[in-house]
Amino acid sequence: MSEATLTASPAGGSPKVSSVSDVVIRIAGNSQDGIQAIGGFLARLAGRSEQEVMTHMTIPATISGGPSIFQVRIGSGEVLSSGDEADVLLAFYQHSYEDHIGSLKKGGIVLYDSDHVEPKEEWAGLYRHVGVAITGLTVEAIGGTAKDKGKNIYALGLISKMFDLNVTKLEALITERFTGKDSSVLNNAMSAFHGGYGHSLGNIVETFKFVESQKKGGHQVVMNGNEAIGFGLIAAGVRFGAGYPITPWSDIMELLRRELPKYGGTFIQCEDEIASISMAIGGSYAGRVSVTGSSGPGISLKTEALGWAVMAEMPLVIVDIQRGGPSTGLPTNVEQSDLNICCFGGHGDSPRVVIAPSNVEDCFYMAIEAVNIARKYSVPVILLSDQAIATRIEAFEEPKLEQVCQDISPDLSPVATHKPYDLKAENGASRHVAPGTRIESGLYPIATGLEHDEMGHPTGSPKLHMEMVAKRRRKLNALAAELPRPAIYGPSEGNVLLVGWGSTQGPIKEAVDRARAAGDSVSSIHIKHINPLPNGLEEIFAGFNHVLVVEMNDEGLYGYGQLAGILRGRFCDPKIRGINKCDGLTFKVKDIVERVRTNVASGLRKF
Amino acid sequence: MSSTITTIPVREGNITSVPSGLTEERKGLTKKEVAADHPTWCPGCGDFSVLALYFKLIEKRKIWHEKITTIAGIGCSSRFPYFVQAHGAHFIHGRALPFASGVSLTRPDLHVFVFGGDGDAFSIGGNHFTHTARKNIKMTYVVMDNWVYGLTKKQTSPTSPIGFKSKTDLGGALDQPVNPMKQAISAGATFVARTTHTNPNHVLQMMEAAMDHDGFSFIECLSECVEFYEGAFDSSNPRKGGKFDLVPADHNVADEFAAYKLADEPFPGKFGIFYKANRATKNANEGKIISAAREKTHTMKDWQILQKSFDKFR
Repeated sequence: MSEATLTASPAGGSPKVSSVSDVVIRIAGNSQDGIQAIGGFLARLAGRSEQEVMTHMTIPATISGGPSIFQVRIGSGEVLSSGDEADVLLAFYQHSYEDHIGSLKKGGIVLYDSDHVEPKEEWAGLYRHVGVAITGLTVEAIGGTAKDKGKNIYALGLISKMFDLNVTKLEALITERFTGKDSSVLNNAMSAFHGGYGHSLGNIVETFKFVESQKKGGHQVVMNGNEAIGFGLIAAGVRFGAGYPITPWSDIMELLRRELPKYGGTFIQCEDEIASISMAIGGSYAGRVSVTGSSGPGISLKTEALGWAVMAEMPLVIVDIQRGGPSTGLPTNVEQSDLNICCFGGHGDSPRVVIAPSNVEDCFYMAIEAVNIARKYSVPVILLSDQAIATRIEAFEEPKLEQVCQDISPDLSPVATHKPYDLKAENGASRHVAPGTRIESGLYPIATGLEHDEMGHPTGSPKLHMEMVAKRRRKLNALAAELPRPAIYGPSEGNVLLVGWGSTQGPIKEAVDRARAAGDSVSSIHIKHINPLPNGLEEIFAGFNHVLVVEMNDEGLYGYGQLAGILRGRFCDPKIRGINKCDGLTFKVKDIVERVRTNVASGLRKF
Repeated sequence: MSSTITTIPVREGNITSVPSGLTEERKGLTKKEVAADHPTWCPGCGDFSVLALYFKLIEKRKIWHEKITTIAGIGCSSRFPYFVQAHGAHFIHGRALPFASGVSLTRPDLHVFVFGGDGDAFSIGGNHFTHTARKNIKMTYVVMDNWVYGLTKKQTSPTSPIGFKSKTDLGGALDQPVNPMKQAISAGATFVARTTHTNPNHVLQMMEAAMDHDGFSFIECLSECVEFYEGAFDSSNPRKGGKFDLVPADHNVADEFAAYKLADEPFPGKFGIFYKANRATKNANEGKIISAAREKTHTMKDWQILQKSFDKFR
């Protein structure tokens, strides 16, 4: 909760009402308890109330059950991360209580199910304990033997009371969620909600009221990163794709499978990862940029076909939702360790484009950007997201869909002549002409993975190989020249520049704020275009003594991570160093702040 | 060759929305117009005759350049697309079928032909063969089976008979070879035929029947590698003292077990259509899902459909 709002509850007397602008609630239970649903309701409520919201969840890698948490941070101002410490912990079980009390800030409120949790004496003075017999009271509220069903909604009622949330809006959300099912389901949910909301928290705890947030123009939508990518691809005009199930990518293929037929398209589940990229390339070859995607091992499997798309200059979008690796690794945890395979994976010199969204809103717009780069440069584009953005819910301004949506139907009008690999094409960016196009010269193109001449026919000519390698490279040089230079967060000159990419943007910005508030000279940039890099980074770096690249991957053999390796290779500058971690969890703001201090205090290492 | 996917109302943005095409009469393409690079195959290779008959098929059926797509993986026979003057793709080893599926499922207006060898089909691409067959994705797949790896110069192939001496089996091949006919039937292919390059009329007949089949049509065409497996198919060639026996006239092509039994005959076995079934294609099944979804959305613009989804995320 924002500073100075957490005062001790008054001894006796009526409960106090404090005003808050920012609150972090951690809900801990088991994965089948529907705790994501509570978080989801809170997040969507925040979105409808023009507040900012960010969530964060962990899910067990087991098939069913297992401890799980959902953390939601709601703010009247800007919310950049899901929060280091929780203000409120809602604990359903003893293990939830014991495992997560450490994430609660001192003096924070632990709201626990007294039917399952035995509070510990030693924590009584550190945290404010509020026990409610959630399980039993839910059964009472719903009537009959509801067992464990509905206690999440009961708990939502408790939280709504505690934070004086908008009941009308919540009722509407619950109604939308449960309408269409058996009407008793909706009735039970409403009973559970009102049971929780009506429960007297007594004098034990104060209640809170959010300060009014600044009004924003237009509606907000609330969704997770995978949903934003799926809808972004649809908005971009993608109508065909193929994939194979793997966590955490599968959500996107499920969404596209469900949604694309509405637009006349389809998404195919294939027999394996290789077939799915091959089928997507086939779809692209047939005239419309297609999509495939994966996570972890699936990306490794796709690299040979990716090399073909580079060689044959075929537009294609590949989505990579990173998880912990190598091999099967940590399937449900976050890591940023696929950057190297995305930029360089495969044999031979095979330039491809890699772009990385930094939040949920980016996921939507950068999916469109990926499609457009692929089309403009006839090149495969990897949209590099990660488990953290994939599953995190954020609110963002609703896109103006009428302006954003594009039609990329293939143009099959006859052409006089066509060279698929025209060496004279501007910047090397030749155009793919799809089958079905009549070519009046009678000379037809072959798309090929063999080194080829301008018509696509095989050649072993050293000169042609050099020219074609250069052609494929030049396209990326041209793209780099039109990429925007990343904006600097904070002053453009100072002691430390933090460099991030992907889902770490929020915590890095917050770390900059915190460090600057403490008097440190820290700024940051976030790189969204990774391969090629935008031009002009060296000018930004020149303004700082230290460039620290914050990444969720290993520090490697030489003391810096994957993006730092690329930046060092590009700029040959030993002041570029790394702040790395690979514990499968997102960065905490205080981790970044502390590690910047120790890193800079240790000075520049000699290499 | 049009499948039911074309019955979806044509509209902007639909995967099936392609211009109706030129309707003017053009005369059939000659071999000269449809031949591209001179084939790089060794003199005497069986693949020459398959190529010649593909040209004949295009000429006879009056297919236009832009309406056929020739796709291949890697291998001697997979060089095929370079020799055909039409849109084509030379993809990676073993993956021609999923690539071709991407073309077939999005472009019902095209004839999709895939050519390849036994290594492509039954070794590195074995998984794709099974799944493309079971999904019944509309295309014609001609496997030019020579029982040996030719491009890499004489290693054992998945169809090499036991005892065949190669650079990787110096004492003779040890492993049970794949029986392409059985593989195709059990995988669920809906058109399974067998022919040999030494009988051109029969090859053309099989190609025509395969092209007319609405579904995944598979042809195993024996195609001798004169360089690394000379004489492999002599016992199927009457000119070399062998016998070329057609599938018996009373064979029921709809009978899967009879087809399997036919496939079990020792070499040279029979030639012709072993199995043929009418099962809905993947193309048609996807078309049905699309039609059902479009019933509710066809009056809306794409952005309006998306807006409806976004409304639920407010």
